[in-house]
Amino acid sequence: MSDPSENRAGAISPKPSTSRFRGISDRALAWTFVAPTIVILLAINIFPLIWTIYLSFTNYRVNRPNRDVDFIGLRNYERILSDSDIWITMQATAHFLIWTIVLQVLIGFTLAYLINKKFKGNDLWTTIIVLPMMLSPAVVGNFWTFLYQPQIGLFNYVVGFLTGADPSSFSMIGEVALAPWAIVIVDTWMWTPFVMLICLAGLRSIPDSIYEAAECDRASKWRQFWTITIPMVLPFLMLAVLFRGIENFKMFDLVVQLTGGGPGSTTELTSINLKREAFEKWRTGYASAYAIILFVTVFGLASIYVKALNKVKER
Amino acid sequence: MKSKFLNSVATAGLVSGVAVFGSTSAQAEDLTLCWAAWDPANALVELSKDFEEQSGHNMSFEFVPWPNFADRMLNELNSGGKLCDLMIGDSQWIGGSAESGHYIKLNDFFEKEGITMDDFIPATVTGYSEWPKGSPNYWALPAFGDVVGWTYRKDWFERPELMAEFKEKYGRDLAVPNTLEELKDIAEFFQDREIDGKKVYGASIYTERGSEGITMGVTNALYNYGFQYGDPDSPYDLEGFVNSEGAIKGLEFYKELYDCCTPPGSSDWYMSENIDAYKSGQVAMQMNFAFIWPGVEVDPNVGGGKSGYFPNPAGPGGHFAQLGGQGISVVAYSDKQDAALEYIKWFAQPEVQQKWWKAGGYSALSAVVEDPGFASSQPYAQTFLDSMAIVKDFWAEPAYASLLLAMQSRVHNYVVAGQGTAKEALDGLVEDWNEVFEDEGKK
Amino acid sequence: MSFSVTAPSTRQKWIAGILVIGYALITLLPLIWIVATGFKSSPDAIAYPPKIVFDPTVEGYVNLFTTQTRLIDGNAEAVEDLPWYEKLVRERGNTIVGPSRFSERFFNSVIIGFGSTFFAIVLGTAAAYAFSRFKVPLKDDLLFFILSTRMMPPIAVAIPIFLMFRNLGLNDTHAGMILLYTAVNLSLSVWLINGFIDEIPIEYEEAALIDGYTRFQAFYKVVLPQAATGIASTAIFCLIFAWNEYAFAVLLTSGTAQTAPPFIPTIIGVGGQDWPAVAAGATLFLLPVMVFTILLRKHLLRGITFGAVRK
Repeated sequence: MSDPSENRAGAISPKPSTSRFRGISDRALAWTFVAPTIVILLAINIFPLIWTIYLSFTNYRVNRPNRDVDFIGLRNYERILSDSDIWITMQATAHFLIWTIVLQVLIGFTLAYLINKKFKGNDLWTTIIVLPMMLSPAVVGNFWTFLYQPQIGLFNYVVGFLTGADPSSFSMIGEVALAPWAIVIVDTWMWTPFVMLICLAGLRSIPDSIYEAAECDRASKWRQFWTITIPMVLPFLMLAVLFRGIENFKMFDLVVQLTGGGPGSTTELTSINLKREAFEKWRTGYASAYAIILFVTVFGLASIYVKALNKVKER
Repeated sequence: MKSKFLNSVATAGLVSGVAVFGSTSAQAEDLTLCWAAWDPANALVELSKDFEEQSGHNMSFEFVPWPNFADRMLNELNSGGKLCDLMIGDSQWIGGSAESGHYIKLNDFFEKEGITMDDFIPATVTGYSEWPKGSPNYWALPAFGDVVGWTYRKDWFERPELMAEFKEKYGRDLAVPNTLEELKDIAEFFQDREIDGKKVYGASIYTERGSEGITMGVTNALYNYGFQYGDPDSPYDLEGFVNSEGAIKGLEFYKELYDCCTPPGSSDWYMSENIDAYKSGQVAMQMNFAFIWPGVEVDPNVGGGKSGYFPNPAGPGGHFAQLGGQGISVVAYSDKQDAALEYIKWFAQPEVQQKWWKAGGYSALSAVVEDPGFASSQPYAQTFLDSMAIVKDFWAEPAYASLLLAMQSRVHNYVVAGQGTAKEALDGLVEDWNEVFEDEGKK
Repeated sequence: MSFSVTAPSTRQKWIAGILVIGYALITLLPLIWIVATGFKSSPDAIAYPPKIVFDPTVEGYVNLFTTQTRLIDGNAEAVEDLPWYEKLVRERGNTIVGPSRFSERFFNSVIIGFGSTFFAIVLGTAAAYAFSRFKVPLKDDLLFFILSTRMMPPIAVAIPIFLMFRNLGLNDTHAGMILLYTAVNLSLSVWLINGFIDEIPIEYEEAALIDGYTRFQAFYKVVLPQAATGIASTAIFCLIFAWNEYAFAVLLTSGTAQTAPPFIPTIIGVGGQDWPAVAAGATLFLLPVMVFTILLRKHLLRGITFGAVRK
């Protein structure tokens, strides 16, 4: 994440150069180049955010245009934080977040480690492994409901074939005990390659000379793994966890297509819950407060994490 | 019929009179009609070709599958979209759409064109057109009568060996059930049975979580065990009505039926899944809206006399069935309201309604269903009439979506996910609904 | 037990290779299943146990592109005169009443995907160049702010966007979706292209300026060609994002500007869900992304990590 341009960025602009007067000035050019981006981001990101903050203090509902909008202070926030259902969705999100990260890190790192053995054709197979994560999560999620169907679904059939169990005896997305794992499996299938790629970059960044030195010191392979490989890859791994964490905290498309939050509210992640409040119940004010709470949570957790990440990097 | 047109009623104010201007030539318009994507919609496309010919207008259609229908269309209405000129919207939307001004009020139009609501089946008028309920304010013309009923494998019910075994076990004939308890016995009898070398199951019922499925299913048990939406004298008093002793029994019944007698994996099933299970010969009975019956009758596997139909059986607390169906409304944001009203006028004609029934659409016009030949015109016609006589609908309040979502979650949590007790689920529902009504200022 | 550290032994390579290829094949299985299901007939698609060997048919593709209704007797014409696809449909007792919405939705995806990518790249390249080469006040804060916009859950952002678009009449329009996706993609394009431009030695430009080029000419004739590969791969990333996006599309579009991702899961046939048609639609929709992924191999890592990891 280093930015070598820091030093040279300013190197040229303060230097007086006769040439630049022939065109528009550097300063004008810089602003012409940056302004459209800033304007669009202000219009589509900042302005709506401020609007959301305002709405979160009101009882506004989009589907009731004829009703007066009252300013109700912090009441929306109080209601959200004291609502037990919200905590259930938070738990569902936490289960999803933790297990997808654990599985993806374990499998992703192992794969990267194996690929780094540079067997013949490893490039081709890496590309194949990467395919799932580039696809549309909604379309993929929808198709997995088909794969998960008892009796006719490929997944149940394969599990039945491997374990001898009756394929129609279980329903991955229909049973309370299995549904949280059904979404973890699909997300892991899709996103393990992401963690794998980052780990691979980490492994390839370790200079051979370090291992050679360790070999001279007669350090065992096992010891080398724990004292060289892991610490050197750790910053990369943590970065992967950060990205997956943010992405899965936002998770909507894949899971909404897979389970729609069911059975019951077993897989109702916060984004799905928020969508129900905002676009099905149309409780706009309440949902805005909910959205703000989510913002604060993501930014809070992410910035604490980034601090930790930077410490690891400095070591 | 092209001589007089209505000015854009919505912009003139919803309740205000209708401005009529004399126009002698109609402009050919492109009208878009929005409905759910299902068999009746395809039939309507065919039917509408007559309208196109007569009026010179062009019809386009936007059909959305049921699980997304409410989401998509309410989103469209709430965003003031101009996609739909005509909306065949679900019965529960009427309150919100009337109060928010999504639909235009049709009273003056009806009066002018001589259309009277007395000509339609009373339950459909209340269900699809009126808001507030019980008042003569009409926002839609009943378009498609629908009600939850049951389809069963007549050919299986008539097998001598099964009839004998059933009689021995239950002491009565294997026949159409009169009560929900009897229905459960039959479902239990068929569950896991081997028929023609295939394992079959008792019944497929509504369990869908995402939109409205399980609510449309469970109410058929709740109503008949004594559930009421509120105090008849004070409609927003829920305590003791929504969670009455009877209601609890009704909910427990639905869970028992789900646990004992449905196909494995049927935890998120609604109309199309139930059809699939029934047509592929997996189940002896299926709960479904009446719209599927024309399709069942002509199905190569289960049609042609192999299937029979019966209304939702009674329970200890009464005899009701969940109302489905829709009215057709003119969207207030449309620029082509005149042409849209022209369509409704065309659609309301008795000959067109008669054709509609023949094409597989359930006409709500009394003249059609009271025709002496109606009951025998199709094997399911009598069942449809019997079912329409006992209908009851979910809330049609402007806040219906919040009420529905609360019910979906409470009921699904109990019936499918097996969390808590029936009493806890309904007590929780009372709590949720009270909160909604407080927000609405109704309490 | 003597092997070099830098080069793994042949045996190690074999084991690693077998394990990785095993995983890759398992990973491919659902994708192969999607493609295969697209060529199955409806009964074969829902056969139990699942059919691995089947008679391929294009029924799914025909269903995907057409709207059908049950054939009622009376409109039976001379069967020989019918086109092959109508014959195929007749075998299932149905008849085609018109084209389906699939091609429209697919085309929407193309317009919105390419449109938003174009703007995100043009604006992003300009901004990235300025960030890389000029003193922009609060540069780091601005860059971080641009990045942070990607952290918000789309559903949360969608509430005010929905209200804003409704007031501006942008709901369910191509322009609205292009604007929205441009904004979302800008954060990616500014970051990535900023990184690519940083890597181009500044001396080239200085030389050009001394040769009498204006600043803009230097940017246009020296920097752009050098950064072209990087910009091209950034464009593909933007395109893939817009192509796959679902949450905004499902909330902000309906009849006119709806893209394929919210549409494909709602494909149903006469009766229940038509899996061969869904699979056919998914195949056609996923195919371009698969091709792009292969083209992108080299820049993949950089793109998906916002340039945080450079290989």
